Amino acid sequence: MTPTLIVILLNAILCDNFVLSKFMGICPFLGVSKKFDSAVGMGLAVTFVMVCATACTYPIYHGILVPMELTYMKTIAFILIIALFVQLIEMLLKKNIPSLYKALGVYLPLITTNCAVLGVTILNVDNEYNFLQSIVNALGGGLGFALSLVIFSGVRSRVNSADVPEMFKGIPATLVAASIVSVSFMGFSGMFGI
Amino acid sequence: MSDEKKPVITEFTKGLIKENPTLVTLLGMCPTLAVTTQASNGIGMGLATTFVLICTNTVISALKKVIPGAVRLPSFIVIIASFVTFIEFIMKRSMPDLYDALGLYLSLITVNCIILGRAEAFASRNSVLRSALDGAGNGLGFTLALFIMGSIREIFGAGSWMGIQFGIETPVSIFIMPAGGFFVLGIVIAVVNKLAKKKPPKELHCAGCPNEELCEKYRCDKEAKAS
Repeated sequence: MTPTLIVILLNAILCDNFVLSKFMGICPFLGVSKKFDSAVGMGLAVTFVMVCATACTYPIYHGILVPMELTYMKTIAFILIIALFVQLIEMLLKKNIPSLYKALGVYLPLITTNCAVLGVTILNVDNEYNFLQSIVNALGGGLGFALSLVIFSGVRSRVNSADVPEMFKGIPATLVAASIVSVSFMGFSGMFGI
Repeated sequence: MSDEKKPVITEFTKGLIKENPTLVTLLGMCPTLAVTTQASNGIGMGLATTFVLICTNTVISALKKVIPGAVRLPSFIVIIASFVTFIEFIMKRSMPDLYDALGLYLSLITVNCIILGRAEAFASRNSVLRSALDGAGNGLGFTLALFIMGSIREIFGAGSWMGIQFGIETPVSIFIMPAGGFFVLGIVIAVVNKLAKKKPPKELHCAGCPNEELCEKYRCDKEAKAS
């Protein structure tokens, strides 16, 4: 049974949330979720790059790597495409849409080595999604990433003002809080049956 | 180079505990959380990463005069991705079970910030021998952290250790779920902080992160514009 697009979208946002159940993109999740504004900016930038990277890697994988039987080269090919592409987007945005560049530009260089972006492109290939399904999966993954960042920025402002034991101050307390947020996302698991 | 005087062996030992990449400098968190549902997976992932670290550090250190500064990050990424592809081949062939267990995360070694971080911060500035030892030390430190995480999660979450069953009927299965990963890592870092008797890091600092230079540059630009 091939899952419908809406199921793929909701599944990627809620059940298989990239941060909270697949553990991809933990560094930006812990690093950028301190403020609401930067959480939204980073979330949108990642969503944007994930969708564009999927749109670029899909034709290259199925048009070049599969016919030439070079599928084992996908890790190298994909990371190069992503690195190149992030640079390209940055230049294009700077030149053509300065307002969007102003909002997302700061986060773009950080995204090249974000494992969520490489992860989603490899995942689409592993799941044998078609082009439309891949794009929807990337969109869902990105939105899920943004959602968890935004929710967590709220949780984190409370954690930071709380009185925690000395040894837990900083990252340990943040991780324990992340675990509780992750428990709440477990409620969605198995909802869409894929 | 100021540390040339230090004995070569310290490059190896520093990464094991004192500057443990995962538990002290907090790099490479994604695989630490993702693959540690079993102690044996942790070791497998750790050793695969160690292999890639030693190879990339050696190669990058040997080529440090050849690679132009402007394209060094893309060059490092290609070198790293090549070795990751290599280890994928070996594992698929000789350890298919582990290959299936690690799955996607094996490819994601490419974007593990420990590897790029060591390449940028150490291998591109030091001799081949020191770089190889640094890679081995950091890789084994990472393996140690993964092994500790995996052991705790497997013992509590599945009631077994390295595949040996303890006969516990109702293990606390939340430990092998994603939520348990965050929780155990939080506790382990807190304990390390307590033992090291030092102030825990208040936030993730970019030390060793290849994008540090860029972030700093952008942050400065932004602040300059704001003021």
